[in-house]
Amino acid sequence: MSEPRIRFERVSLEFPTAAGPLRVVDDVSYDIHEGEFVAVIGPSGCGKTTMMNMLAGFQRPTSGRVLLDGREVAGPGSDRGVMFQEYGVFPWLTVRENIAFGLTLKANRVPAGEREAIVERYLGLMGLAGFADAYPKHLSGGMRQRLALARAYAVKPQFLLMDEPFGALDAQTRSNMQNLLLEILAAERKTVMLITHSVEEAIYLASRIVIVTARPARVREIVAVPFAYPRDEAIHEAREFGELRSHIRDLVMDEYRAQQGQARAVAFSE
Amino acid sequence: MGDRLKRIGLVAAPWLAIVAAWYGVRESGLVNSALVPAPHAVLAKSVDLFARQGLAWDIFVSTRRVFIGVAVGIALAVPVGFLIGWFRSAKAFADPLVNFFRALPPIALIPLVIVYFGVDEPAKLVILIYASFFAGVIVMYEGVSQINPLFIRVARTLGASQSEVFRKVIIPLTVPHILTALRVALGVAWATLVASELVAAQRGLGSMIQNASTYFLLDVIYVGIICIGLVALLMDLALRRLSTRFLAWQDRVGA
Repeated sequence: MSEPRIRFERVSLEFPTAAGPLRVVDDVSYDIHEGEFVAVIGPSGCGKTTMMNMLAGFQRPTSGRVLLDGREVAGPGSDRGVMFQEYGVFPWLTVRENIAFGLTLKANRVPAGEREAIVERYLGLMGLAGFADAYPKHLSGGMRQRLALARAYAVKPQFLLMDEPFGALDAQTRSNMQNLLLEILAAERKTVMLITHSVEEAIYLASRIVIVTARPARVREIVAVPFAYPRDEAIHEAREFGELRSHIRDLVMDEYRAQQGQARAVAFSE
Repeated sequence: MGDRLKRIGLVAAPWLAIVAAWYGVRESGLVNSALVPAPHAVLAKSVDLFARQGLAWDIFVSTRRVFIGVAVGIALAVPVGFLIGWFRSAKAFADPLVNFFRALPPIALIPLVIVYFGVDEPAKLVILIYASFFAGVIVMYEGVSQINPLFIRVARTLGASQSEVFRKVIIPLTVPHILTALRVALGVAWATLVASELVAAQRGLGSMIQNASTYFLLDVIYVGIICIGLVALLMDLALRRLSTRFLAWQDRVGA
């Protein structure tokens, strides 16, 4: 097999607290290869987001290494597009200016003509053309999410890191966004890491799923998703989908209960 | 057209009500009418003051003092407030300090200002700058400390350098707080004007009111107060216009 693009190599992370160091991520190792879509799933508050933050370059592991094409991650960069839980669209810029933002930076500056063309392209792809000159305050949650995706895509990142990107959307919008993501990934392939707590979302989108334990996050199991791309809604009905779903759900529920147990133990000790 | 008339009516109504109430108080006999000059007498007095006593110059002198006081005070408050807001540890020790100085009424500082700055123009400006600075600096650091770090993270992931983050994210997010600081400082500065003109001022609306009170010229006092209110209102309106232009992106503008 070829060299992995992303490698978590015995990664641990501790936060200093008043009661001593709190271990959030514990000896995690896994690889993500070119063009793979890896979903990381686990109970909320278990340290999934911390993993993504280390890959994005916002946090450094206490021990172990996070490698990007064999080199240790030194800080954030436009090779890794990030979609945050809160959309993070810039309220002081119009939709058009939001998409163009990355292209006006020194790191990925392009001539004005090319910039226009890229912006127009993503306005169209994301269904935002009618709102090009509106400010984000006029957009719905789903549209803000599409804008964040367009802005991340505009600078042509090789990687896409997503932290529960659709968590705040209603079910209908959420499923539309999932399909839009699959479409745009089919058109412009990226290597993707998705943090989610939805088992269905992980199976529907990912090629591999990393199930992590309650805090501190360890790798509990890694499963391959047996469906080829392009995918459509019909796979939700497939027998393998259901089997995979109940297998993963059992693991996640198990960890969720462990997490609840921890929380209760803390509550009693206080 | 009808809408427009309606709007003008709505804006004018409370003012007309005040004038009516003013006449009402005078006519009711509850107050000695010698102590309440009639609105039309005040209007006549103001025409007289404009024509023969240079009221326009008093307005100009006072407006200039407020303008310079606010401009200098805010020019200092913006960088200082920004730094305090940006470095959270700075806020912890700066907060009590700033509140201590802000709580001091400028009028209580006048004797000291006279000792250190004399009785000329600089003394009056120092009081106004003082008042504007402390009013503005709080608005600035409260605002800056609430800037969402998410926007900075997003910009970094899109490839922004430190200086690009500052120019393209932090400055646009600071502008609303600068405009708010200006508005708050303008209000405080007009309120402090009379106090600052207590320092041996020859001209200005505050000194006009002071002098009139010495001779019990109630109508002149009324004219002075109304002029301060009107000029302050006009300045605030101008700032609001500016806000609507620059801050169209905000959820609530002009609120």
